[in-house]
Amino acid sequence: MSANTDGLSAQQIAQAVTDRKLSALDAAEAALARIAKHDRVLNSFTDVTADRARATAKAIDAKIAAGEKVGPLAGVPFAVKNLFDVKGLATRAGSKINRDLAPSSRDATLIERMEAAGAVLVGALNMGEYAYDFTGENVHDGPSRNPHDPSRMSGGSSGGSGSAVGGALVPIALGSDTNGSIRVPSSFCGVFGLKPTYGRLSRARTFPFVAGLDHLGPLARNVGDLALAYDAMQGQDADDAACTTRPVEPVTSLLANGADGLRAAVAGGYFQKNVFPEALEAVSRIAKALDATMTVELPEAARARAAAYVITTTEGASLHLDRLRKQPNDFDPAVRDRLIAGAMVPAPLVDRAQKFRRWYRAQVLELFKSVDVIIAPATPCIAPKLGQVNFVLDGVELPVRANIGIHTQPISFIGLPVVAVPVPLQPMPIGVQIIAAPWREDIALRVAHALERMGVAAAPTPRGL
Amino acid sequence: MAADHLDNYIDAVSKALALSVEEAWRPAVRANLDVSLRLARLVDEFPLPDETEPASVYTA
Repeated sequence: MSANTDGLSAQQIAQAVTDRKLSALDAAEAALARIAKHDRVLNSFTDVTADRARATAKAIDAKIAAGEKVGPLAGVPFAVKNLFDVKGLATRAGSKINRDLAPSSRDATLIERMEAAGAVLVGALNMGEYAYDFTGENVHDGPSRNPHDPSRMSGGSSGGSGSAVGGALVPIALGSDTNGSIRVPSSFCGVFGLKPTYGRLSRARTFPFVAGLDHLGPLARNVGDLALAYDAMQGQDADDAACTTRPVEPVTSLLANGADGLRAAVAGGYFQKNVFPEALEAVSRIAKALDATMTVELPEAARARAAAYVITTTEGASLHLDRLRKQPNDFDPAVRDRLIAGAMVPAPLVDRAQKFRRWYRAQVLELFKSVDVIIAPATPCIAPKLGQVNFVLDGVELPVRANIGIHTQPISFIGLPVVAVPVPLQPMPIGVQIIAAPWREDIALRVAHALERMGVAAAPTPRGL
Repeated sequence: MAADHLDNYIDAVSKALALSVEEAWRPAVRANLDVSLRLARLVDEFPLPDETEPASVYTA
């Protein structure tokens, strides 16, 4: 019988393990028991690495027994989106095709860093095929499900990450975000998600999607856990060409500084159109809590979203061109047809999108001379029903898939750091983006932490389990 | 672009890239290409100075 660690944060587990009040093995067994009990509903895991988890946990317990120092995540169970290399597993990246790859010979850098800090990997998580997805649905593995209402989407493409953390199976999961794939499931599943600055965290030994837009980051049930994981994963890495050589900038000790003195503004225009009342209500609550009375306009945000779309579809097509030629019938048909179309976009239009990106970046960075954080919806709606194709907004029928990421794409397009904070509305939570200037994750996390302390942002107890 | 022009384009480019597009997939490929080109046009019509550098990442 394992210890009951249900509801404990990563910080509480690490403290209890370090203080010898809880063994790392018991913490791992408790997570494995939660997965066994609830993942039949959530379908968030594609691989449960139970033997590895027990071995890792026993090694931590042995270190503690020997009086050796353990890291700040000692005994904390975590899981990763299945595009991370996990030693011994084929990196499927949500696909059928990749299952034929040889098992990975080494873990992704971020897994190595989490485990170096004492965390215990318990498995790999469901995701949308090749990360080209905002729904969390997967034709090969079935959809990961929303922990607050299993008939609803988890959000994608890091759907299993959102579902596993939102369902409190693990306190921390890692995901990837190219156009919104951490922030969307964070919003739908009601958890905190950090998409750091582009280049901040190493992507080494993860399956790519769009090299110039891919980010990795953590999802957690509170800001302290998010910061703890983020701090453990920072640092340069020669194995990722885009990874920064900036020194590590820890944030955990800065959270207590709060949001006092920081200037917050609400994103206007584009970010207040095509949104459901729930998204506006969530933004309004956050703005009120931060005393944000100013509105700023991100210039040409619709074009930024369009340019991100063009770069994504064409670079994605280039990545998968050989597979599209040789195994087109092994793709999710919806992904295949988008990628084939992407292969046909003329090159000058892609070049113009990259030039526009430079222009747009300069314009948005100007805004950060007068504000410290910008507040915007993470998604235009709460989690739609699984399989839902359209929704009606202001009397107009709109496609769900194409519109889920409209507010995240113009932000990741220029690599800004964002914390998606959950606003616990009823019956379903919804997220709000706290956006900061490049390399200022500390500011976004401080604001998120202040909102959590005020009770405005919180990860609700799973309502659907 | 009109649907028949897009179909001609799909035929030509798929041949040039050695990509097969089965007839059953064609409507979805056409619809996706139509969206991609519409969004690309939104970027295309935005005037930028000749000196603008693309933002793709490369460090020598």
